[in-house]
Amino acid sequence: MSPRLKSYWVGAAAVVALGILAVATVRNEYFFFASYIVLQFVVLATAWNILGGYAGYVNFGTGAFFGAGVYTAVVLINLFGAPLLVQILAAAAVSGTLGFATGMLTLRLRGIFYSIATVAVAIIIETLIVNWRYVGGSTGIQILRPPVMPPFESYTKMLFLAMVLLAVAATAIARFIETSWIGRGLRAIRDSEIAAEGCGVPTLKLKLFACTVSGALMGAAGAPLAMYQSFIEPVSAFSLNYSVSALAMPMIGGTSHWIGPVIGAILLGSIQQIVMVTISNEINVLVVGVLLVLFVVGAPSGIVGLARALMRKRVGRKAA
Amino acid sequence: MTAWQLRIAGVSKSFGGFKALSGIDVEIAPGERVGLIGPNGSGKTTLMSCIAGSLRINGGSIAFEGKEISGLPAYQRTRLGIARTYQLPQPFRSMTVLENLIVPLEYVAHRGSLHTTDTRAEAMQILERIGLTDKAGTVSTHLTQIDLRKLELARAMAARPRMLIADEAMAGLSSVEVEDVLGILWKLNESGITVVMIEHIMKAVMRFSQRVLCLDAGKLICAGTPEAVVADPDVQRAYLGA
Repeated sequence: MSPRLKSYWVGAAAVVALGILAVATVRNEYFFFASYIVLQFVVLATAWNILGGYAGYVNFGTGAFFGAGVYTAVVLINLFGAPLLVQILAAAAVSGTLGFATGMLTLRLRGIFYSIATVAVAIIIETLIVNWRYVGGSTGIQILRPPVMPPFESYTKMLFLAMVLLAVAATAIARFIETSWIGRGLRAIRDSEIAAEGCGVPTLKLKLFACTVSGALMGAAGAPLAMYQSFIEPVSAFSLNYSVSALAMPMIGGTSHWIGPVIGAILLGSIQQIVMVTISNEINVLVVGVLLVLFVVGAPSGIVGLARALMRKRVGRKAA
Repeated sequence: MTAWQLRIAGVSKSFGGFKALSGIDVEIAPGERVGLIGPNGSGKTTLMSCIAGSLRINGGSIAFEGKEISGLPAYQRTRLGIARTYQLPQPFRSMTVLENLIVPLEYVAHRGSLHTTDTRAEAMQILERIGLTDKAGTVSTHLTQIDLRKLELARAMAARPRMLIADEAMAGLSSVEVEDVLGILWKLNESGITVVMIEHIMKAVMRFSQRVLCLDAGKLICAGTPEAVVADPDVQRAYLGA
């Protein structure tokens, strides 16, 4: 195991340990309520970045893949009260398939077509759900939470810990892709798709792979929302906010390194939570917009890019 | 065993109503040095793209080492042994020179291997042959024109080709730099690689090629020794401006 990989797993283990410690000690329910949302965005931003950041194919329809995950959980709960793990795995399978299918239809073409298709997918899936009575249609559906399993004191705490594990899993997958030959192939595609193909990179296969993994993670992030909110309706499950945030967070954090989306999600997610509580729900969308514009104009490679430039300067000064 | 390495038979390619190539027949022997000339828009790059796989042909057949390849995607043709450089250099801009070479090494020669040290060592060897060793750690956006051209060649070599298509590898270079690139192509050819060169610098074509092909308006109008092709009245009218 390389020293970098070792320190990654030490860090990941520390995050999980902190999560468990919080569940055991923190009394305030709101902490878990808010942290859940931030962690959910860590998963979404990381998932978006696998295709959008590494390969440069922008997904405008995160909400569709997320919402498909939410409703997969709803269907499974309705059918036989499936346990959380089954909900998450099934949601990943459904949204991964959706990602693969969207990719299959559009990724043969290079460039913008995939992005346009993701917008269409978001609209199609939401329309389907609105017209499906079994999952509540446009009025939504009430979910009855099963009794909480010991050792957890509350359902929110259990979902919080599930989200901690999902976030660690998502970053581990992203990190693996980034540092392996797959990541190098995706970067080659982003830099010059025609030259990548000429270098023996099976561009279509790699794009489909990234699209599937990205979709699956988005779906997995959506599954626990059914239990978390215990009321699901299509407008909020497919909210444009997910699509915008999943794109803005990696852009702000930096798309070239797996930590970028994590930083972006924690920063932006926390600001959103604070603004939502202290000011209003509407202003928090404005915050995303303003920050995104500032970063795109001022620091296009995000916080990671800024940090790297700073380090290079310092190394340069030492050498001089 | 066939005597030819690449056989193009009756190849045609259209873009909408425009016939870019029609009825092209060419055979290229292993280890040959071939120059491809012709006026702008005559179909040289189109023909090379059809061979390398970035364009699909509308008719005819292309066979490489006895295998029909016209239906294969470009990446599989690279794996079979056809590499190319691009008229406008297409470096992987976010990567260093060394990483640029690691991509084809990982996806072609060292596919499935986990020994990254071997990959790096081979990449460094190639950089040494091409004369880019001191630039290994440079991000490719900071390269000069000549170094970009060399990177294109180095990256093509990293796919361990048996045929190299060099599409205007010397365009925009000074005469000293042209010599430099020609020297590299000679060395590659001596190691047994077939080289097909598209070039406008006639001096280079004349010296390097064993055989010259001339395209005009999507048709092969002449093929033969450099001297014979230059003396051909059709070539003179179409390309050399006599």
